[in-house]
Amino acid sequence: MLSSLPFILVVCAYLFYSHARLLENPGDKLLPAPATIAATVHQYAFEEDERSGDYLWWTDTWASLVRLLTALAISAAIGLLLGLSLGVIPYLRAAIAPFVAAVSLIPPLAVLPILFIVAGLGELAKVVLIIIGVAPVIVRDLALRAGELPNEQIIKAQTLGASTWQLALRVVLPQLWPRLIDALRLTLGSAWLFLIAAEAIASTEGLGYRIFLVRRYLAMDVILPYVAWITLLAFTMDWLLRLLRAKAFAWAEAA
Amino acid sequence: MTQVTVKHLWKEYGDQVVLENVNLQINDHEFVTIVGASGCGKTTFLKMLLGVETPSRGQFLIDGTALPGEPGPDRGIVFQRYSLFPHLTVLDNLLLGLELQAAPLLGRLFGARRRRALDKALPLLEAIGLHNAADKFPAQLSGGMQQRLSIAQSVICEPKILLLDEPFGALDPGITSDMHRLILKLWNMHKMTIFMVTHDLKESFELGTRLLVFDKVRSDAQAPEAYGATITYNIPLKGHRS
Repeated sequence: MLSSLPFILVVCAYLFYSHARLLENPGDKLLPAPATIAATVHQYAFEEDERSGDYLWWTDTWASLVRLLTALAISAAIGLLLGLSLGVIPYLRAAIAPFVAAVSLIPPLAVLPILFIVAGLGELAKVVLIIIGVAPVIVRDLALRAGELPNEQIIKAQTLGASTWQLALRVVLPQLWPRLIDALRLTLGSAWLFLIAAEAIASTEGLGYRIFLVRRYLAMDVILPYVAWITLLAFTMDWLLRLLRAKAFAWAEAA
Repeated sequence: MTQVTVKHLWKEYGDQVVLENVNLQINDHEFVTIVGASGCGKTTFLKMLLGVETPSRGQFLIDGTALPGEPGPDRGIVFQRYSLFPHLTVLDNLLLGLELQAAPLLGRLFGARRRRALDKALPLLEAIGLHNAADKFPAQLSGGMQQRLSIAQSVICEPKILLLDEPFGALDPGITSDMHRLILKLWNMHKMTIFMVTHDLKESFELGTRLLVFDKVRSDAQAPEAYGATITYNIPLKGHRS
């Protein structure tokens, strides 16, 4: 209950200032009235767009989620494979770890122009931008985690007859899964950042595209609900990941 | 039959001599307890037997052949802690050794092969008193239960040699006598050779059929690293062989 108090306070403050501004100037666009926002949301979500015939709210959501989830899935796969290999094979770690560390420090937005030049303005560039921003972090985190496993465990597994392959498959990999979920949760914020940045610059649909498009008309009645919606989506993804970790990896909760 | 022979063994790290001229002959089915001051090389000795450290000079022989340079299923190990797999249940921890050795590709057994492995694992689970905790994870067990499981996990692979590195050092004194009974029972059932490093002199006399004391015979106050430890006492004991 107490945790809902700050939310209520923010909403109250908004209602108060919105009302005050609209009293002074009924044409004010900065803090639109709740009724205006509701009408806009209804128009975007439940009425066909005059020009395209789409339900913009849902086509934007779908386009953004496809990009985000594709990129996250690929990043997770890269992170798991490379993180595991770096953690298990010392030679590989010596050869590649510094490279991964360097790549992870490239500011992803700085290479966005390169992506647009090389991959064009299509979906590929946007997905790759998110992967460049997210995957190296996951790789490094998982490699660190694999390296942190107690040496006793590795030696014990060897005395039980484990080969390097079996060690990776039955000892290291299963212990990386919960950490992968943690890493995904932590990188979710930056993944959304890169998605919206890419959509703002070159796109024809998507949540980020829409808010940057309507910015020209000071359409706060569109921007505000879109931002709230993006936040809700991000929160739901975070919550689902946390739920998955608790259900699927009970041992990690017990430890 | 397992005979362990150590011939003119030296271990040095740069200028620092840890062990010097260790010679030893251990017969089959002995329970060797190893004591000595901290830093006298007893754990180094155990690590060389395990295969994670290599001797600087001299050699380890098992039944006349040189010891492999890496850990393998012929030598089991129980550490003071961290030797269980936190993501596996008690039963899966116990089965792991059998699964790894029978299934090179997946490291898992299914169907009839898993049932055969279970036939071997379940009596052992009963023997260590964990049959009611088969589905628990290691983090949910007490320290004593964890060590019992860790010992059983090694024993199920029927190693020729079982190495114990202060296995009961972190446990409550009250439960160590239970642990002693358990390790003696498993030792007599499986007839392996045990090397156990311990800080507890009483324990070393009670359990062992042979007590080794590691100590320095020479020392130089100006250069404490110049001389290493060796076996100063090699005492045959009565033990609990059945």
